[in-house]
Amino acid sequence: MGTTASQLGKDLLSEYQELTFLTKQEILLAYKRFSELLGKDEKDVLHERVPMDRILTLPELKSNPFRKRICYVFSTSDSKNGSLTFEDFLDLLSAFSDSATMEIKSHYAFRIFDFDDDGTLDCGDLEKLVNCLTGETDETKLTAEEMRQLISNILEESDIDKDGTVNLSEFQHVISRSPDFVSSFKIVL
Amino acid sequence: MEVDSVFYTDHSGRVNANPLLDQLPSYQSLLYRRKSSTVASKRRSSSRARLGSSGSGKWGVSTFGRNEEKPRSPVPQRPVRELPKTMAEKRTDKTQRQEENQELGRLGRLRLSARRFLRRLRDDAHERLSSLKLWRGDIHLIEGTFGTGILSYFSFLRFLVALNLFIFVLMFSFVMLPIIVAPSASGNITYNQNAGGPCRVYPSSARRGLVIFHEHITDLLSGGGFLEQTYLFYGYYQVDKIYFPNGTYNLPLAYLLVTVAYLFLSLIWIVKRSATGFKQNLVQDEDRFQSFCNKIFAGWDFCITNENAVRLKRSSLLYELKTDLEEERIKQKIADRTRKEKCRIYLIRLVLNLFVIAVLASCFYSIYVATVFSQKEQIKNNKENFIVDLVYEYLPSIVITMANFITPLLFSVIINYEDYSPAFEIRFTLMRCVFMRLTSIGVLLFSLWSQITKCDKEHCMCGYNHKLYSCWETRVGQEMYKLTIFDFIIIVAVTIFVEFPRKLIVNYCDCGLAKWWGQQEFAIPQNVLEIVYGQTICWIGTFYSPLLPAICTIKYIFIFYIKKVSLMANCRPATRPFRASSSNFFFLGVLLIGLALACLPVSFSLAQINASQACGPFVNYNTSWEVLPATVSQLPHGIKTLLFALSSEAFAVSFFVVTWYVVLSGIPSVDDNWCFLSLVILSNTSPPPPPCSLAMFYVIALAGAHKRVINQLREQLAMDGRDKRFLIQKLCQAQMVSGVNSPVSKSQPRRSSSRSSPSYHTSFSNNFNEAVFLAQPPPNSSTHV
Repeated sequence: MGTTASQLGKDLLSEYQELTFLTKQEILLAYKRFSELLGKDEKDVLHERVPMDRILTLPELKSNPFRKRICYVFSTSDSKNGSLTFEDFLDLLSAFSDSATMEIKSHYAFRIFDFDDDGTLDCGDLEKLVNCLTGETDETKLTAEEMRQLISNILEESDIDKDGTVNLSEFQHVISRSPDFVSSFKIVL
Repeated sequence: MEVDSVFYTDHSGRVNANPLLDQLPSYQSLLYRRKSSTVASKRRSSSRARLGSSGSGKWGVSTFGRNEEKPRSPVPQRPVRELPKTMAEKRTDKTQRQEENQELGRLGRLRLSARRFLRRLRDDAHERLSSLKLWRGDIHLIEGTFGTGILSYFSFLRFLVALNLFIFVLMFSFVMLPIIVAPSASGNITYNQNAGGPCRVYPSSARRGLVIFHEHITDLLSGGGFLEQTYLFYGYYQVDKIYFPNGTYNLPLAYLLVTVAYLFLSLIWIVKRSATGFKQNLVQDEDRFQSFCNKIFAGWDFCITNENAVRLKRSSLLYELKTDLEEERIKQKIADRTRKEKCRIYLIRLVLNLFVIAVLASCFYSIYVATVFSQKEQIKNNKENFIVDLVYEYLPSIVITMANFITPLLFSVIINYEDYSPAFEIRFTLMRCVFMRLTSIGVLLFSLWSQITKCDKEHCMCGYNHKLYSCWETRVGQEMYKLTIFDFIIIVAVTIFVEFPRKLIVNYCDCGLAKWWGQQEFAIPQNVLEIVYGQTICWIGTFYSPLLPAICTIKYIFIFYIKKVSLMANCRPATRPFRASSSNFFFLGVLLIGLALACLPVSFSLAQINASQACGPFVNYNTSWEVLPATVSQLPHGIKTLLFALSSEAFAVSFFVVTWYVVLSGIPSVDDNWCFLSLVILSNTSPPPPPCSLAMFYVIALAGAHKRVINQLREQLAMDGRDKRFLIQKLCQAQMVSGVNSPVSKSQPRRSSSRSSPSYHTSFSNNFNEAVFLAQPPPNSSTHV
């Protein structure tokens, strides 16, 4: 394993505490788990970029249907391959932590659900979202008729300007009145 | 696309990202609200929209909204970590802010660092507190395996453990501790004299001579024999006053006040805990207003880590969606019903409801008969047989448990014929079960009291039947104790003898019966009813048996581990999922009903039934409540008048009016919690009884929830107005431009169309050319920098 928690300097630790919603214990735990993901020759925990397939071996992400989207959204790599540095990882945990604000969570949730990255949730995005939730196989999907009914219900509830898509402000508006969101949008190591 | 859509779609039917929409004031204000530093955004606006990590400028600020907004004073800066940016960007923000802060005066910097220090302190305190929480690891594991619905049950259980521990500490420190420390603190205890009158005879119930072992067991299980004259029951506290060197400790008064206090503090704690979820649920529940959005956008528990659980969660979501879509279709069908069908349905419902009432009445009657029989047998004291004795002792508990087992099955069969919508069916059945469970305790108590106050002659000499019940409070305490023990035994027995064999049969036997029975489902409503039932017994019984909260705490701790093991080993989550938010509301709502139901018997027995004169602290008073007026009349005159003023009607009514006014006028600085608490306090001191205060609480919560919605709608309306003005402005500019350009309009279109993107047509672009959008240069919000 190599790296120990004490290698994360005190200044850096307090800076991370200020810039994220994580507590000191959580940051140290994240450091430990992230350093376990590194290979033997990768010593620099703070600056190394871990490819997506290794990130997805984490048990918290392994079974999550949105795991790939999460990696893409939080990745700062130029090639958009979903790889994460330690700071991206902290951003991820911060957005999913208990004390993150509703606004942060809804912002990132919107980006995760926006499968085609065009800034709005249109019918295609919503359909992919529902299939992610229920399962991809034929027997776990809704029928085409049910999908149509469901999407039209969603748009009726959330689309205020009636343009057939849900943009960020409409999404945040709907989420702010959703009682389950804060408790379900949570990942704790 | 719909008829009223304004935006042109490309050939694939999708509307492209629309920069005009990004310019609207409502959207801009949302972005602006997310930027905390005005200076930084101005600097950034000179270069084109800076990109976030996903590489698209949609998340950045468009420049024009900023310039069109009225200049406003700098928004108080939000902490950097609340901005949705990457770590690198947050760091640069922070350094920028620190540079700006250098320009502030010393006072400003001091204020900022103080604020930061306080925030750090608060975060540390939160972290410490949450690490102290009981069972964190276990609950995290359950959450990962089963999701937030079942998690809410276990955190509810944890809350009850804390509540019971708190009640016990209260009782112990004010009632038992003074008695225990009196000898060592050189206190002088005066006991209630046992002299005079037949009412004061209290035969000892301790067994004499050679005691057979199983009689000890009987005593332990029934609270009689050697347990009767111990700290466990009310009868032991025969202390009148304790004279310490510093002052006098009035134990009867303390006993009474602690009883009132624990009921009251339980109410406050539950109200506080339920304040948020309650309000949201009130607004949403009726209307199915946002249920689909809630299920889709907030439907996935990101905390689930178990592969199996993911599969189950997916299937339960699928089931839920299909059910809801079907319910929509059913609702449509119901709306289309003819009058004849409606009459038929109402008739059926009436008949079935009468049947349900008849079933309930027969259950209550059988509980009454069983209690009366059990009491008679106990008094006769014929020790026939160990087992038969126990059965007689526990007869009321057995009957209650059986009734509570059969009636839910009956209700779920009946509801099928009443033809309600599926969601309402579930709720209605649940309501009936709740009513059944909690009222059965009331019936038990009522039958006990009818026995206690029934004498041979018409009028009881001591106010109660002193021959049979020389110490009736201890007897009631014993019944509550037996109910608690039996409840616990049943939970353990069902887990061991029903759930484990069921799992073995289903897993290893391949017959049709096993397939039909299926694996055990963790039915949350039934489990919650069980523990609320236990808690109601505890609330009622604590007055008669001060050690009962401690017993309940230990009982709930055991139940936690038993249920956890049973869940992990045997169960699968219910097919019909129980949402975390609505479950919070349901749990605490049922608990409040239990509390209200517990207050009634306790207040009735405090105020109406004569306290027994042979035992207990209230020997020298007629009823238990009398000690309070007696003490108040001995207080100095000034304090007396103050107390009378506070409890007078005039004060209560005026306080009520003030609070109502504050709530309705929506003074924003007033915290909703404060409103609830103040209303609760005043309603409990003034004449309206507790159920009325619950109704008021409900109405206040509803008002608060509606107030929030009204504010949101108001903001939205204001935003819509501004959007309209902006669009009209644009239109006028477009008209002016096209008016100027019209002489050369014929030659312009081609060139201008090459400059603007082809998707920016409006439905009235037939009249104006693309120059509509060239009044200001289009923002590059859809291009990548």
